Amino acid sequence: MSKSVSETWWRALLGIAAMALVVSFPFARADAAKLGENVSTFKLDNGMEVVVIPDLRAPVVTHMVWYRVGAGDEPAGQSGIAHFLEHLMFKGTDKLAPGEFSKTVARNGGQDNAFTSQDYTGYYQRVASDRLALVMDMEANRMTKLVLSEEEVLPERDVVLEERRSRVDNDPSSRLSEQMNAVMYLSHPYANPVIGWHHEIEALNRDTAISFYKQYYAPNNAILVVAGDVSAARVRELAEKYYGPIPAQPGLKPRSRAHEPPHQAARRVILRDARVDTPRFRRMYLTPSFRTAEKGEGAALELLAQILGGGTTSRLYNKLVVEQKVAILAGAWYSGDFLDSGSIGLYGSPAPGNDEIALEGAIDAVLDDIIENGVTDEELADAKSLLIADTIYAVDSQTRLARIFGVALTSGQSVEDVQQWPERIERVTLEQVRAVAGKYLRIEASVTGLLLPPEKTAEADQ
Amino acid sequence: MMAIAGVRATSKSQGTIMMTRYLTAFTLLMLAAFSPAAAVEIQEITSSKGVKAWLVEDHTVPLVAVRFAFRGGAALDPADREGLATILSGTLDEGAGGLDSQEFQRALKKDAVRLSFDAGRDNFYGRFQTLTKNRDSAFELLRLAVNEPRFDDEPVERIKAQITEALKRQENDPETVAIRTWMRIAFKNHPYSRNTDGSVDGVGAVTPDDLRGLTQALFSKRNLVIAVVGDIDAATLSGLLDTTFGDLPEKSADNPLPEAAVTSGPVRTIVDMDIPQSVIQFGHVGIMRKDPDFIPAYVMNHVLGGSGLTSRLMEEVREKRGLSYSVYSYLSPFEQAGLFLGGAATQNDRAGEALEIIERELKRMADDGPTPDELDATKTYLTGSYALRFDTSTKIAGQILGIQLESLGIDYIDRRNSLIEAVTQEDVKRVAQRLLLPGSLIVTVVGQPKGIEPLEPTQ
Repeated sequence: MSKSVSETWWRALLGIAAMALVVSFPFARADAAKLGENVSTFKLDNGMEVVVIPDLRAPVVTHMVWYRVGAGDEPAGQSGIAHFLEHLMFKGTDKLAPGEFSKTVARNGGQDNAFTSQDYTGYYQRVASDRLALVMDMEANRMTKLVLSEEEVLPERDVVLEERRSRVDNDPSSRLSEQMNAVMYLSHPYANPVIGWHHEIEALNRDTAISFYKQYYAPNNAILVVAGDVSAARVRELAEKYYGPIPAQPGLKPRSRAHEPPHQAARRVILRDARVDTPRFRRMYLTPSFRTAEKGEGAALELLAQILGGGTTSRLYNKLVVEQKVAILAGAWYSGDFLDSGSIGLYGSPAPGNDEIALEGAIDAVLDDIIENGVTDEELADAKSLLIADTIYAVDSQTRLARIFGVALTSGQSVEDVQQWPERIERVTLEQVRAVAGKYLRIEASVTGLLLPPEKTAEADQ
Repeated sequence: MMAIAGVRATSKSQGTIMMTRYLTAFTLLMLAAFSPAAAVEIQEITSSKGVKAWLVEDHTVPLVAVRFAFRGGAALDPADREGLATILSGTLDEGAGGLDSQEFQRALKKDAVRLSFDAGRDNFYGRFQTLTKNRDSAFELLRLAVNEPRFDDEPVERIKAQITEALKRQENDPETVAIRTWMRIAFKNHPYSRNTDGSVDGVGAVTPDDLRGLTQALFSKRNLVIAVVGDIDAATLSGLLDTTFGDLPEKSADNPLPEAAVTSGPVRTIVDMDIPQSVIQFGHVGIMRKDPDFIPAYVMNHVLGGSGLTSRLMEEVREKRGLSYSVYSYLSPFEQAGLFLGGAATQNDRAGEALEIIERELKRMADDGPTPDELDATKTYLTGSYALRFDTSTKIAGQILGIQLESLGIDYIDRRNSLIEAVTQEDVKRVAQRLLLPGSLIVTVVGQPKGIEPLEPTQ
């Protein structure tokens, strides 16, 4: 909670990334050989995948278990159950009293937490390397031996409702994102928020949680990622001891969600709120994800988004904010780390004296230009070197590397995909960038969102 | 461990076979309590032009991370220029030397240099990271930003507009409104009462000349503290320190802040906002970093409202009653005042209940202090987890910058865990009594809370 030293607060608040911060997959071309030797993967007999990323600089390890299940796998009407279960995993098991998991981690000088997305649920502990066996023992235990009583479940449901109020209901910008997302998908469950709709969270209970848990929590649906001061041999020995004896879940089915039909109409969502002053513009285009993209398209989409709207030298920022002064900020990003589909997002706010309509027109003009004429050699070269450099920066953090592999493997990619990322970036051509721009920046496959102040009433105008 | 099992037994569960094993592990930790110092060897460097830095050399990853700070921050902004230091943080990298704003930004991007500045309350911070292969050109950009910023009209106006927009958004953000309101009440007329991020009027008034004036007031070798970690040796760094910072003036004007008094509560201020959840900020006077009781107070606060799921506030407010997703307390030592602060967010209907529980827990801690078992568990957490702050270059740089800014000594990393170990039951009890004033809380609530009545400060 320390607030003494932070990133430039207003850039963070406005969502202006000085550099590419949302970039996905590291691995330096220059270091690829070395890192290739470093990262090892193997599978336990019960189907649990294991990834080991040695980093011997500090005597600490990051231990993570990722389940191939997320909000996108929830039964209809039970939105939020994946995330709710993640909270409940910190209650008791047959061997651990409620709360004892985290208390034990803390007492051993460690930190723990968990997270849920559309495609995965992850649990992690950061501990001294000589505590790895201890956390593995407990994590293995709660994979199949969770014990829940209503008296623990009900207050936790209230906690999740408070979390929803903090993250969404109290914040008009999050409410707009949630509404846009719901409109984006015509059939696919990505339409539901990961945290769940309020009325559906209220109806979740012990039984819905346990039934979801029994269906999805098993070694053959899990990936163990260990990064830090440990050898692959040691991880194998410990993983076989603690995770090895857990039987595979024979009834586990391949993940299969509803498919999106072709999108035929541009959609528009307007949210008005008294707490909004300057209008905010957002747009999402439905695109493939890294997994579903045709060869080379994922890297081309990442580069397109970087050139279009990553940082202060991007097309959108340069044209709209610096040159035309129609916007105070503008940018774009690509989200490709999903199992079933990705998106390109745009954002901006009009400068004083302009409105959201003028801003939208200026944004569309920039998009039209790129679709028509593509990007320049220099833009492509700079974006490539930036994305590749980012992979070297990522190597500095064992936790970041562990997350990168966990996300990739739970969203349908392989270790090789991660390692080959710099090469894929390097291979992208000008023509490919222009091609993905033309193919995916299609207004019929988009949702435009506007966050506006309340409409002036006739009375207020007088 | 045993005692925790005991506490649990009284409620609903019991110790298990597994816990015996944890007990073993726990004993091992006590024997083997390691220090991150093993992995962090600090070299103290003074360049030929007198620029000082601490360096942790590590050639594993081909990058260099630098964190630096000039003492003196946003609290020094003139009253009619609130936001001056913030604007400086946004414009130093918007054109310098022969490069205009877009040229400078492109140069950063081309070499993937990560450079940013941040105006803190008491210090002005810089962060810089470069790949080894671009090291010299990256340091040159840093040199230009610090020594020859241009403050051209276009970028200054653009950054001012962005900061103004961010300030307007903050005015509608309940967390920010709660803490700002709190600071205004706590510090009345002291500069700490002001919004160090800026005000719309203050930002509007700032000119390029104001920014030049601020660099002259802040940027000097005597004011500068530097931490460097990564793929660079002492001799190379020394040369780069000379070219990057060596031509700054020896010293700049002294303009220390006056010591700040903190208003005593009880105070309850409610800011009406049409939102479903009330955001609660609470706190009162705290303790300075240089106070001999700071470490015991830090340990005590960890039991009360420290990080993780295991604090008393988490247990009582969140785990047992489901009243808040997040509830916490922390010590916030500024240069000229210490604060004890905390927060929670609860649906409007139950806000009064949440505040009541928080006050009850503060009182229970003030009256009785932590239990011996809580003290043990916290000490093993704090000592064991210290190494987790040293696992990336940027984190190590942040740590050794902070140690210099707080004047804790170059051996602090070696000593820190023994300082925690030395805290006794009497220490935490005494500081709990001294520090916590549950009857004198300043509480600000943003939302439409039920069960909390406004209460004016007594003059």
